[in-house]
Amino acid sequence: MKVLVPIKRVIDYNVKARVKADNTDVDLNNVKMAINPFCEIAVEEAVRLKEAGAATEVVVVSIGDKACQEQLRTALALGADRAIQIDTEQKLESLHVAKLLAKLVDQEQPELVILGKQTIDADNNQTGQMLAALTKRGQATFASKVVVEGGKAVVTREVDGGLQTISVALPAIITTDLRLNEPRYASLPNIMKAKRKPLDVIAADSFGVDLAPRVTLVRVEEPAKRQGGIVVESVSELVEKLKNEAKVIS
Amino acid sequence: MKILVIADHDNGALKPETSKVVNAASKIGSDITVLVAGANVAEIANSAAQIAGVTNVIVADDAVYAQQLAENTADLVVELASGYSHILASASTTGKNMMPRVAALLDKSQISEIIAVVDENTFKRPIYAGNAIATVQSNEDVKVLTVRASAFDVQASQGAVAINSVDSAVANTTTEFVSVEQTMSERPELTAAAVVISGGRGMQNGENFALLEGIADKLGAAIGASRAAVDAGFVPNDMQVGQTGKIVAPNLYIAVGISGAIQHLAGMKDSKVIVAINKDPDAPIFQVADYGLVADLFEVLPELEKAL
Repeated sequence: MKVLVPIKRVIDYNVKARVKADNTDVDLNNVKMAINPFCEIAVEEAVRLKEAGAATEVVVVSIGDKACQEQLRTALALGADRAIQIDTEQKLESLHVAKLLAKLVDQEQPELVILGKQTIDADNNQTGQMLAALTKRGQATFASKVVVEGGKAVVTREVDGGLQTISVALPAIITTDLRLNEPRYASLPNIMKAKRKPLDVIAADSFGVDLAPRVTLVRVEEPAKRQGGIVVESVSELVEKLKNEAKVIS
Repeated sequence: MKILVIADHDNGALKPETSKVVNAASKIGSDITVLVAGANVAEIANSAAQIAGVTNVIVADDAVYAQQLAENTADLVVELASGYSHILASASTTGKNMMPRVAALLDKSQISEIIAVVDENTFKRPIYAGNAIATVQSNEDVKVLTVRASAFDVQASQGAVAINSVDSAVANTTTEFVSVEQTMSERPELTAAAVVISGGRGMQNGENFALLEGIADKLGAAIGASRAAVDAGFVPNDMQVGQTGKIVAPNLYIAVGISGAIQHLAGMKDSKVIVAINKDPDAPIFQVADYGLVADLFEVLPELEKAL
Protein backbone atom coordinates (compact mmCIF):
# COMPACT_ATOMS: atom_id res chain seq x y z
CA MET A 1 0.00 0.00 0.00
CA LYS A 2 1.31 3.39 -0.99
CA VAL A 3 0.63 6.35 1.31
CA LEU A 4 0.83 9.95 0.10
CA VAL A 5 1.34 12.67 2.70
CA PRO A 6 0.98 16.31 1.61
CA ILE A 7 2.79 18.69 3.96
CA LYS A 8 2.99 22.47 4.24
CA ARG A 9 5.80 24.82 5.26
CA VAL A 10 4.35 27.27 7.80
CA ILE A 11 5.46 29.60 10.55
CA ASP A 12 6.87 27.62 13.51
CA TYR A 13 4.09 27.12 16.04
CA ASN A 14 6.22 28.67 18.81
CA VAL A 15 6.52 31.95 16.92
CA LYS A 16 3.87 34.63 17.32
CA ALA A 17 2.70 35.94 13.95
CA ARG A 18 2.93 39.72 13.57
CA VAL A 19 0.81 41.81 11.28
CA LYS A 20 2.68 44.02 8.77
CA ALA A 21 2.55 47.74 9.45
CA ASP A 22 0.71 48.36 6.16
CA ASN A 23 -1.97 45.76 7.08
CA THR A 24 -1.48 43.81 3.84
CA ASP A 25 -0.60 40.48 5.46
CA VAL A 26 1.30 38.78 8.25
CA ASP A 27 5.04 39.47 8.25
CA LEU A 28 6.97 36.25 7.55
CA ASN A 29 10.36 37.86 6.87
CA ASN A 30 13.12 36.23 8.92
CA VAL A 31 10.59 34.11 10.79
CA LYS A 32 11.41 30.52 11.73
CA MET A 33 9.48 28.10 9.51
CA ALA A 34 8.61 24.44 10.12
CA ILE A 35 6.36 21.59 8.99
CA ASN A 36 2.78 22.38 9.95
CA PRO A 37 2.23 20.40 13.21
CA PHE A 38 -0.82 18.50 11.92
CA CYS A 39 1.15 17.56 8.76
CA GLU A 40 3.97 16.25 10.95
CA ILE A 41 1.44 14.00 12.72
CA ALA A 42 0.36 12.80 9.25
CA VAL A 43 3.94 11.91 8.31
CA GLU A 44 4.38 10.07 11.60
CA GLU A 45 1.18 8.07 11.08
CA ALA A 46 2.24 7.06 7.56
CA VAL A 47 5.68 6.00 8.77
CA ARG A 48 4.09 3.95 11.57
CA LEU A 49 1.82 2.23 9.02
CA LYS A 50 4.95 1.31 7.09
CA GLU A 51 6.76 0.09 10.20
CA ALA A 52 3.72 -2.04 11.06
CA GLY A 53 3.82 -3.60 7.59
CA ALA A 54 0.52 -2.06 6.46
CA ALA A 55 2.18 0.40 4.05
CA THR A 56 4.98 -0.27 1.59
CA GLU A 57 5.92 3.24 0.52
CA VAL A 58 5.49 6.70 2.01
CA VAL A 59 5.61 9.62 -0.45
CA VAL A 60 5.60 13.20 0.84
CA VAL A 61 4.61 16.17 -1.29
CA SER A 62 4.73 19.88 -0.68
CA ILE A 63 3.50 22.73 -2.87
CA GLY A 64 5.56 25.90 -2.84
CA ASP A 65 8.86 27.43 -3.83
CA LYS A 66 12.28 25.86 -3.29
CA ALA A 67 12.20 26.70 0.43
CA CYS A 68 9.69 23.94 1.14
CA GLN A 69 12.36 21.37 0.21
CA GLU A 70 13.64 21.94 3.75
CA GLN A 71 10.39 20.55 5.18
CA LEU A 72 10.39 17.71 2.63
CA ARG A 73 13.91 16.74 3.80
CA THR A 74 12.67 16.79 7.38
CA ALA A 75 9.82 14.45 6.44
CA LEU A 76 12.33 12.16 4.69
CA ALA A 77 14.42 12.16 7.87
CA LEU A 78 11.31 11.14 9.81
CA GLY A 79 11.01 8.07 7.60
CA ALA A 80 9.29 8.97 4.31
CA ASP A 81 10.79 7.20 1.28
CA ARG A 82 10.69 9.90 -1.36
CA ALA A 83 9.54 13.46 -1.84
CA ILE A 84 7.90 15.60 -4.50
CA GLN A 85 7.97 19.39 -4.64
CA ILE A 86 5.23 20.92 -6.75
CA ASP A 87 6.98 24.13 -7.65
CA THR A 88 5.14 27.45 -7.57
CA GLU A 89 5.74 30.94 -6.22
CA GLN A 90 2.03 31.64 -6.04
CA LYS A 91 0.03 31.84 -2.84
CA LEU A 92 -2.65 29.21 -3.32
CA GLU A 93 -6.12 28.66 -1.92
CA SER A 94 -7.17 25.29 -0.47
CA LEU A 95 -9.18 24.50 -3.62
CA HIS A 96 -6.08 25.02 -5.80
CA VAL A 97 -4.01 22.83 -3.51
CA ALA A 98 -6.67 20.12 -3.56
CA LYS A 99 -6.84 20.26 -7.38
CA LEU A 100 -3.07 19.92 -7.74
CA LEU A 101 -3.06 17.05 -5.24
CA ALA A 102 -5.94 15.37 -7.09
CA LYS A 103 -3.77 15.38 -10.26
CA LEU A 104 -0.88 13.91 -8.30
CA VAL A 105 -3.17 11.25 -6.80
CA ASP A 106 -4.12 10.38 -10.39
CA GLN A 107 -0.46 9.84 -11.24
CA GLU A 108 0.71 8.17 -8.05
CA GLN A 109 -2.42 6.14 -7.22
CA PRO A 110 -1.89 6.02 -3.43
CA GLU A 111 -4.38 3.88 -1.52
CA LEU A 112 -4.26 6.30 1.36
CA VAL A 113 -3.66 10.04 1.51
CA ILE A 114 -3.04 11.36 5.02
CA LEU A 115 -3.12 15.13 5.56
CA GLY A 116 -3.15 17.45 8.55
CA LYS A 117 -6.66 18.63 9.39
CA GLN A 118 -5.64 22.28 9.08
CA THR A 119 -2.60 24.47 8.76
CA ILE A 120 -1.73 26.88 11.53
CA ASP A 121 -1.36 29.81 9.14
CA ALA A 122 -4.59 29.98 7.11
CA ASP A 123 -6.55 27.78 9.58
CA ASN A 124 -8.84 26.73 6.73
CA ASN A 125 -9.46 23.05 7.47
CA GLN A 126 -10.51 22.35 3.86
CA THR A 127 -7.87 20.64 1.74
CA GLY A 128 -8.40 17.00 2.79
CA GLN A 129 -12.17 17.18 2.38
CA MET A 130 -11.82 18.92 -1.01
CA LEU A 131 -9.30 16.35 -2.19
CA ALA A 132 -11.71 13.58 -1.17
CA ALA A 133 -14.50 15.22 -3.17
CA LEU A 134 -12.34 15.76 -6.26
CA THR A 135 -11.00 12.20 -6.23
CA LYS A 136 -14.46 10.78 -5.34
CA ARG A 137 -12.97 9.05 -2.32
CA GLY A 138 -14.35 8.57 1.15
CA GLN A 139 -13.00 10.79 3.88
CA ALA A 140 -12.17 10.34 7.56
CA THR A 141 -11.35 13.71 9.03
CA PHE A 142 -9.98 14.69 12.47
CA ALA A 143 -8.60 11.18 13.11
CA SER A 144 -7.46 10.18 16.58
CA LYS A 145 -6.99 6.49 15.70
CA VAL A 146 -6.41 4.73 12.38
CA VAL A 147 -6.55 0.98 11.77
CA VAL A 148 -6.02 -0.28 8.20
CA GLU A 149 -7.39 -3.78 7.54
CA GLY A 150 -9.14 -5.72 4.79
CA GLY A 151 -9.29 -2.95 2.22
CA LYS A 152 -10.69 -0.47 4.74
CA ALA A 153 -9.52 2.16 7.15
CA VAL A 154 -11.35 2.10 10.45
CA VAL A 155 -10.93 5.59 11.84
CA THR A 156 -11.92 7.08 15.16
CA ARG A 157 -12.74 10.77 14.74
CA GLU A 158 -12.72 13.64 17.21
CA VAL A 159 -16.21 15.14 16.94
CA ASP A 160 -18.10 17.65 19.09
CA GLY A 161 -19.20 15.85 22.20
CA GLY A 162 -17.17 12.67 21.80
CA LEU A 163 -15.61 10.20 19.39
CA GLN A 164 -17.10 8.75 16.23
CA THR A 165 -15.76 5.63 14.55
CA ILE A 166 -16.31 5.11 10.83
CA SER A 167 -15.11 2.60 8.28
CA VAL A 168 -13.91 4.02 4.96
CA ALA A 169 -13.27 1.88 1.89
CA LEU A 170 -9.76 2.28 0.42
CA PRO A 171 -8.59 4.26 -1.44
CA ALA A 172 -9.43 6.98 1.06
CA ILE A 173 -8.43 10.34 2.49
CA ILE A 174 -7.63 10.80 6.18
CA THR A 175 -6.95 14.04 8.05
CA THR A 176 -5.18 14.04 11.40
CA ASP A 177 -6.17 15.51 14.73
CA LEU A 178 -3.84 16.37 17.56
CA ARG A 179 -3.98 13.16 19.55
CA LEU A 180 -3.43 10.69 16.71
CA ASN A 181 0.21 10.21 17.65
CA GLU A 182 3.24 11.99 18.99
CA PRO A 183 5.73 12.57 16.18
CA ARG A 184 9.30 11.36 16.67
CA TYR A 185 12.39 13.49 16.43
CA ALA A 186 14.64 12.91 13.44
CA SER A 187 17.93 11.29 14.46
CA LEU A 188 21.20 12.62 13.06
CA PRO A 189 21.91 9.47 11.00
CA ASN A 190 18.42 9.70 9.54
CA ILE A 191 18.90 13.38 8.72
CA MET A 192 22.09 12.41 6.83
CA LYS A 193 20.31 9.55 5.08
CA ALA A 194 17.45 11.87 4.08
CA LYS A 195 19.84 13.96 2.00
CA ARG A 196 20.29 11.04 -0.38
CA LYS A 197 16.62 10.11 -0.70
CA PRO A 198 14.93 11.10 -4.00
CA LEU A 199 13.26 14.50 -4.24
CA ASP A 200 11.56 15.30 -7.54
CA VAL A 201 10.49 18.76 -8.60
CA ILE A 202 7.41 19.18 -10.81
CA ALA A 203 6.27 22.59 -12.07
CA ALA A 204 2.76 23.42 -10.84
CA ASP A 205 1.90 24.74 -14.34
CA SER A 206 2.49 21.30 -15.84
CA PHE A 207 -0.67 19.93 -14.17
CA GLY A 208 -2.97 22.14 -16.25
CA VAL A 209 -4.92 23.37 -13.21
CA ASP A 210 -6.45 26.87 -13.26
CA LEU A 211 -4.73 28.58 -10.33
CA ALA A 212 -6.33 32.01 -10.74
CA PRO A 213 -7.21 33.54 -7.34
CA ARG A 214 -10.87 33.43 -6.33
CA VAL A 215 -10.60 35.13 -2.98
CA THR A 216 -8.92 38.51 -2.41
CA LEU A 217 -7.13 39.28 0.82
CA VAL A 218 -8.33 42.82 1.50
CA ARG A 219 -6.74 43.58 4.85
CA VAL A 220 -5.04 41.94 7.81
CA GLU A 221 -5.21 43.49 11.25
CA GLU A 222 -4.40 42.74 14.86
CA PRO A 223 -7.31 41.32 16.83
CA ALA A 224 -9.06 43.77 19.13
CA LYS A 225 -7.13 43.97 22.38
CA ARG A 226 -8.93 43.10 25.58
CA GLN A 227 -8.56 45.54 28.40
CA GLY A 228 -6.65 43.99 31.27
CA GLY A 229 -8.55 43.97 34.55
CA ILE A 230 -7.60 43.99 38.19
CA VAL A 231 -5.80 41.63 40.52
CA VAL A 232 -7.86 40.52 43.50
CA GLU A 233 -6.24 39.51 46.77
CA SER A 234 -8.48 36.68 47.91
CA VAL A 235 -11.20 34.24 46.96
CA SER A 236 -13.76 36.20 48.96
CA GLU A 237 -12.89 39.40 47.09
CA LEU A 238 -13.17 37.51 43.79
CA VAL A 239 -16.61 36.14 44.64
CA GLU A 240 -17.76 39.57 45.82
CA LYS A 241 -16.63 41.19 42.54
CA LEU A 242 -18.28 38.50 40.42
CA LYS A 243 -21.54 38.94 42.30
CA ASN A 244 -21.75 42.70 42.71
CA GLU A 245 -19.52 44.26 40.07
CA ALA A 246 -19.59 41.90 37.07
CA LYS A 247 -22.96 40.44 38.10
CA VAL A 248 -22.22 37.12 36.38
CA ILE A 249 -23.02 34.92 39.39
CA SER A 250 -25.73 35.19 41.98
CA MET B 1 -29.73 36.79 -3.04
CA LYS B 2 -30.86 33.44 -1.74
CA ILE B 3 -29.17 31.92 1.25
CA LEU B 4 -29.08 28.27 2.26
CA VAL B 5 -28.19 27.43 5.86
CA ILE B 6 -27.37 23.83 6.76
CA ALA B 7 -28.87 23.05 10.17
CA ASP B 8 -26.62 21.72 12.90
CA HIS B 9 -28.31 19.02 14.98
CA ASP B 10 -27.66 15.68 16.63
CA ASN B 11 -30.89 14.00 15.42
CA GLY B 12 -32.32 14.70 18.88
CA ALA B 13 -32.46 18.47 18.86
CA LEU B 14 -31.50 21.47 16.81
CA LYS B 15 -28.25 22.94 18.09
CA PRO B 16 -28.25 26.60 19.14
CA GLU B 17 -25.42 27.17 16.65
CA THR B 18 -28.01 26.98 13.85
CA SER B 19 -29.76 30.07 15.16
CA LYS B 20 -26.43 31.91 15.26
CA VAL B 21 -25.65 30.90 11.67
CA VAL B 22 -29.08 32.27 10.67
CA ASN B 23 -28.05 35.47 12.46
CA ALA B 24 -24.93 35.60 10.27
CA ALA B 25 -27.07 34.86 7.19
CA SER B 26 -29.46 37.70 8.09
CA LYS B 27 -26.55 40.12 7.78
CA ILE B 28 -26.09 38.98 4.17
CA GLY B 29 -29.71 38.91 2.98
CA SER B 30 -33.30 38.21 3.95
CA ASP B 31 -34.24 35.16 1.87
CA ILE B 32 -33.03 32.36 4.16
CA THR B 33 -33.76 28.67 3.69
CA VAL B 34 -32.67 26.13 6.29
CA LEU B 35 -31.90 22.56 5.25
CA VAL B 36 -32.39 19.89 7.90
CA ALA B 37 -30.83 16.58 6.80
CA GLY B 38 -31.06 13.57 9.10
CA ALA B 39 -33.28 10.70 10.19
CA ASN B 40 -36.53 11.33 12.09
CA VAL B 41 -35.93 15.05 12.15
CA ALA B 42 -39.51 16.40 11.87
CA GLU B 43 -39.24 18.03 15.32
CA ILE B 44 -35.90 19.56 14.44
CA ALA B 45 -37.32 20.98 11.22
CA ASN B 46 -40.10 22.47 13.33
CA SER B 47 -37.58 24.19 15.59
CA ALA B 48 -35.71 25.52 12.56
CA ALA B 49 -38.95 26.96 11.14
CA GLN B 50 -39.31 29.06 14.30
CA ILE B 51 -35.96 30.84 14.09
CA ALA B 52 -36.65 34.49 13.29
CA GLY B 53 -35.62 35.41 9.76
CA VAL B 54 -36.00 31.91 8.29
CA THR B 55 -38.28 32.07 5.27
CA ASN B 56 -38.42 28.40 4.35
CA VAL B 57 -37.30 25.02 5.69
CA ILE B 58 -36.35 22.02 3.58
CA VAL B 59 -36.20 18.68 5.28
CA ALA B 60 -34.44 15.59 3.92
CA ASP B 61 -35.55 12.88 6.31
CA ASP B 62 -34.05 9.49 5.52
CA ALA B 63 -32.09 6.79 7.30
CA VAL B 64 -29.17 7.37 4.90
CA TYR B 65 -28.58 10.77 6.53
CA ALA B 66 -28.82 9.48 10.11
CA GLN B 67 -25.12 9.90 10.89
CA GLN B 68 -24.66 13.02 8.73
CA LEU B 69 -21.62 11.51 7.06
CA ALA B 70 -19.88 13.97 4.76
CA GLU B 71 -20.03 12.07 1.48
CA ASN B 72 -23.76 11.72 0.92
CA THR B 73 -24.78 14.81 2.91
CA ALA B 74 -22.50 16.91 0.70
CA ASP B 75 -24.05 15.30 -2.41
CA LEU B 76 -27.50 16.22 -1.07
CA VAL B 77 -26.48 19.84 -0.50
CA VAL B 78 -25.02 20.02 -4.02
CA GLU B 79 -28.27 18.57 -5.42
CA LEU B 80 -30.21 21.38 -3.74
CA ALA B 81 -27.64 24.16 -4.22
CA SER B 82 -28.92 25.54 -7.50
CA GLY B 83 -30.17 29.11 -7.23
CA TYR B 84 -28.49 29.95 -3.93
CA SER B 85 -25.87 32.69 -3.76
CA HIS B 86 -24.62 31.73 -0.30
CA ILE B 87 -24.39 28.37 1.48
CA LEU B 88 -23.61 28.55 5.19
CA ALA B 89 -22.99 26.03 7.95
CA SER B 90 -21.72 26.23 11.48
CA ALA B 91 -18.00 25.53 11.89
CA SER B 92 -18.85 22.56 14.11
CA THR B 93 -17.06 19.28 13.42
CA THR B 94 -20.02 18.29 11.23
CA GLY B 95 -19.90 21.52 9.23
CA LYS B 96 -16.12 21.49 8.94
CA ASN B 97 -16.26 17.91 7.72
CA MET B 98 -18.89 18.45 5.05
CA MET B 99 -18.67 22.00 3.69
CA PRO B 100 -15.29 21.84 1.92
CA ARG B 101 -16.63 18.79 0.13
CA VAL B 102 -19.64 20.83 -1.02
CA ALA B 103 -17.35 23.68 -2.10
CA ALA B 104 -15.06 21.41 -4.13
CA LEU B 105 -18.00 19.68 -5.84
CA LEU B 106 -19.38 23.12 -6.79
CA ASP B 107 -15.85 24.21 -7.82
CA LYS B 108 -15.86 27.12 -5.36
CA SER B 109 -13.25 28.38 -2.93
CA GLN B 110 -14.61 28.20 0.62
CA ILE B 111 -14.20 30.81 3.32
CA SER B 112 -13.89 29.17 6.74
CA GLU B 113 -14.97 30.34 10.18
CA ILE B 114 -16.22 33.82 9.44
CA ILE B 115 -16.62 36.03 12.52
CA ALA B 116 -18.17 39.05 10.78
CA VAL B 117 -20.09 39.91 7.63
CA VAL B 118 -18.79 43.11 6.00
CA ASP B 119 -21.00 42.85 2.92
CA GLU B 120 -22.42 40.06 0.78
CA ASN B 121 -18.97 39.27 -0.69
CA THR B 122 -16.68 40.30 2.16
CA PHE B 123 -16.07 38.61 5.47
CA LYS B 124 -13.71 38.68 8.44
CA ARG B 125 -12.04 35.57 9.77
CA PRO B 126 -9.23 34.79 12.21
CA ILE B 127 -5.94 33.45 10.84
CA TYR B 128 -2.66 32.39 12.49
CA ALA B 129 -4.41 30.98 15.57
CA GLY B 130 -6.27 34.25 16.07
CA ASN B 131 -3.12 36.38 16.03
CA ALA B 132 -4.53 38.24 13.05
CA ILE B 133 -7.93 38.96 11.58
CA ALA B 134 -8.18 38.81 7.80
CA THR B 135 -10.79 40.61 5.74
CA VAL B 136 -11.37 38.53 2.62
CA GLN B 137 -13.49 39.13 -0.44
CA SER B 138 -14.90 36.22 -2.41
CA ASN B 139 -15.10 36.56 -6.19
CA GLU B 140 -17.20 33.40 -6.49
CA ASP B 141 -20.81 33.58 -7.69
CA VAL B 142 -21.71 31.12 -4.94
CA LYS B 143 -20.15 31.70 -1.55
CA VAL B 144 -19.56 28.63 0.56
CA LEU B 145 -18.99 29.72 4.15
CA THR B 146 -18.57 28.19 7.57
CA VAL B 147 -19.48 30.38 10.51
CA ARG B 148 -17.85 30.62 13.91
CA ALA B 149 -21.14 30.53 15.82
CA SER B 150 -19.74 32.08 19.01
CA ALA B 151 -19.18 35.34 17.11
CA PHE B 152 -22.89 35.75 16.34
CA ASP B 153 -26.02 36.18 18.46
CA VAL B 154 -28.94 33.81 18.85
CA GLN B 155 -31.96 34.91 16.77
CA ALA B 156 -35.36 35.56 18.34
CA SER B 157 -38.20 33.18 17.52
CA GLN B 158 -41.09 33.56 15.07
CA GLY B 159 -44.26 31.76 14.10
CA ALA B 160 -43.27 28.62 12.16
CA VAL B 161 -42.78 29.07 8.40
CA ALA B 162 -43.51 26.43 5.76
CA ILE B 163 -41.60 23.15 5.82
CA ASN B 164 -41.04 21.32 2.54
CA SER B 165 -39.80 17.77 2.29
CA VAL B 166 -37.43 16.65 -0.42
CA ASP B 167 -37.55 13.08 -1.50
CA SER B 168 -33.87 12.35 -1.64
CA ALA B 169 -31.82 9.45 -0.38
CA VAL B 170 -28.24 9.59 -1.64
CA ALA B 171 -26.46 6.39 -0.63
CA ASN B 172 -22.99 6.55 0.87
CA THR B 173 -20.91 4.14 -1.15
CA THR B 174 -17.55 4.65 0.55
CA THR B 175 -18.11 5.21 4.23
CA GLU B 176 -19.98 3.37 6.96
CA PHE B 177 -20.80 4.47 10.45
CA VAL B 178 -19.43 2.07 13.08
CA SER B 179 -20.04 3.60 16.50
CA VAL B 180 -20.13 6.76 18.52
CA GLU B 181 -18.90 7.31 22.03
CA GLN B 182 -20.59 10.38 23.48
CA THR B 183 -18.81 12.01 26.35
CA MET B 184 -21.35 11.47 29.12
CA SER B 185 -21.93 14.60 31.09
CA GLU B 186 -24.66 16.11 33.20
CA ARG B 187 -23.12 19.45 32.40
CA PRO B 188 -23.97 21.80 29.56
CA GLU B 189 -22.01 21.52 26.33
CA LEU B 190 -18.89 23.68 26.25
CA THR B 191 -19.99 25.81 23.33
CA ALA B 192 -23.46 26.42 24.79
CA ALA B 193 -22.61 26.95 28.48
CA ALA B 194 -23.12 30.32 30.18
CA VAL B 195 -20.21 29.56 32.50
CA VAL B 196 -17.03 27.65 31.62
CA ILE B 197 -14.26 26.65 34.00
CA SER B 198 -11.08 25.34 32.37
CA GLY B 199 -7.93 23.72 33.69
CA GLY B 200 -4.45 23.86 32.22
CA ARG B 201 -1.06 22.27 32.73
CA GLY B 202 -1.07 23.70 36.26
CA MET B 203 -3.68 21.06 37.21
CA GLN B 204 -0.74 18.59 37.12
CA ASN B 205 -2.86 15.52 36.28
CA GLY B 206 -6.30 14.37 35.17
CA GLU B 207 -7.45 13.42 38.69
CA ASN B 208 -7.05 16.99 39.86
CA PHE B 209 -9.72 18.10 37.37
CA ALA B 210 -12.10 16.80 40.07
CA LEU B 211 -11.27 20.05 41.89
CA LEU B 212 -13.08 21.92 39.11
CA GLU B 213 -16.18 19.72 39.25
CA GLY B 214 -17.56 20.97 42.55
CA ILE B 215 -17.28 24.54 41.33
CA ALA B 216 -18.79 23.63 37.95
CA ASP B 217 -21.72 21.96 39.74
CA LYS B 218 -22.43 25.08 41.77
CA LEU B 219 -22.22 27.40 38.76
CA GLY B 220 -23.92 25.10 36.24
CA ALA B 221 -20.69 25.37 34.28
CA ALA B 222 -19.11 23.28 31.54
CA ILE B 223 -15.53 22.10 32.12
CA GLY B 224 -12.85 22.84 29.53
CA ALA B 225 -9.10 22.48 29.24
CA SER B 226 -6.15 24.09 27.54
CA ARG B 227 -4.31 22.35 24.72
CA ALA B 228 -1.36 21.86 27.09
CA ALA B 229 -3.59 19.84 29.43
CA VAL B 230 -4.89 17.78 26.50
CA ASP B 231 -1.39 17.24 25.08
CA ALA B 232 -0.22 16.10 28.52
CA GLY B 233 -3.01 13.49 28.46
CA PHE B 234 -4.89 14.89 31.49
CA VAL B 235 -8.26 15.04 29.70
CA PRO B 236 -9.82 14.16 26.32
CA ASN B 237 -9.50 16.47 23.33
CA ASP B 238 -13.21 17.29 23.17
CA MET B 239 -12.63 19.41 26.29
CA GLN B 240 -10.06 21.53 24.50
CA VAL B 241 -10.75 25.26 24.33
CA GLY B 242 -8.59 27.05 21.77
CA GLN B 243 -7.94 27.71 18.13
CA THR B 244 -7.59 23.97 17.42
CA GLY B 245 -10.38 23.00 19.82
CA LYS B 246 -13.65 24.63 20.79
CA ILE B 247 -14.30 28.35 20.54
CA VAL B 248 -16.38 29.54 23.49
CA ALA B 249 -17.83 32.90 24.52
CA PRO B 250 -19.66 32.38 27.83
CA ASN B 251 -20.75 35.08 30.29
CA LEU B 252 -18.08 33.88 32.71
CA TYR B 253 -14.86 32.04 31.86
CA ILE B 254 -12.62 30.85 34.69
CA ALA B 255 -9.09 29.83 33.64
CA VAL B 256 -7.30 27.77 36.27
CA GLY B 257 -3.61 26.94 35.99
CA ILE B 258 -3.62 28.13 32.37
CA SER B 259 -0.71 30.33 31.29
CA GLY B 260 -2.64 31.87 28.39
CA ALA B 261 -0.92 30.77 25.19
CA ILE B 262 -2.29 32.67 22.18
CA GLN B 263 -3.71 29.36 20.98
CA HIS B 264 -5.89 29.20 24.09
CA LEU B 265 -6.79 32.90 24.12
CA ALA B 266 -8.11 32.54 20.57
CA GLY B 267 -10.70 30.13 21.94
CA MET B 268 -12.03 32.16 24.85
CA LYS B 269 -11.13 35.82 24.62
CA ASP B 270 -14.64 36.82 23.52
CA SER B 271 -16.03 35.70 26.88
CA LYS B 272 -17.88 38.47 28.70
CA VAL B 273 -15.97 38.17 31.97
CA ILE B 274 -12.68 36.31 32.37
CA VAL B 275 -11.23 35.16 35.68
CA ALA B 276 -7.67 33.81 35.87
CA ILE B 277 -6.22 31.83 38.74
CA ASN B 278 -2.50 31.18 38.38
CA LYS B 279 0.46 31.23 40.73
CA ASP B 280 2.71 32.91 38.14
CA PRO B 281 1.98 36.67 38.28
CA ASP B 282 3.61 37.10 34.84
CA ALA B 283 1.36 34.57 33.09
CA PRO B 284 -0.08 36.16 29.90
CA ILE B 285 -3.58 35.05 30.92
CA PHE B 286 -3.65 37.98 33.37
CA GLN B 287 -3.43 40.42 30.45
CA VAL B 288 -6.86 39.39 29.23
CA ALA B 289 -8.46 38.61 32.60
CA ASP B 290 -10.98 40.97 34.17
CA TYR B 291 -10.18 39.49 37.56
CA GLY B 292 -6.87 37.85 38.35
CA LEU B 293 -6.01 35.87 41.47
CA VAL B 294 -2.33 35.11 41.92
CA ALA B 295 -2.44 32.00 44.06
CA ASP B 296 -1.81 28.26 44.28
CA LEU B 297 -4.84 26.68 42.67
CA PHE B 298 -4.74 23.72 45.04
CA GLU B 299 -5.31 26.11 47.93
CA VAL B 300 -7.93 28.39 46.42
CA LEU B 301 -10.13 25.96 44.45
CA PRO B 302 -11.58 24.27 47.57
CA GLU B 303 -12.00 27.72 49.09
CA LEU B 304 -13.80 29.00 45.98
CA GLU B 305 -16.12 25.99 45.95
CA LYS B 306 -17.10 26.73 49.56
CA ALA B 307 -17.58 30.44 48.90
CA LEU B 308 -20.06 29.95 46.06
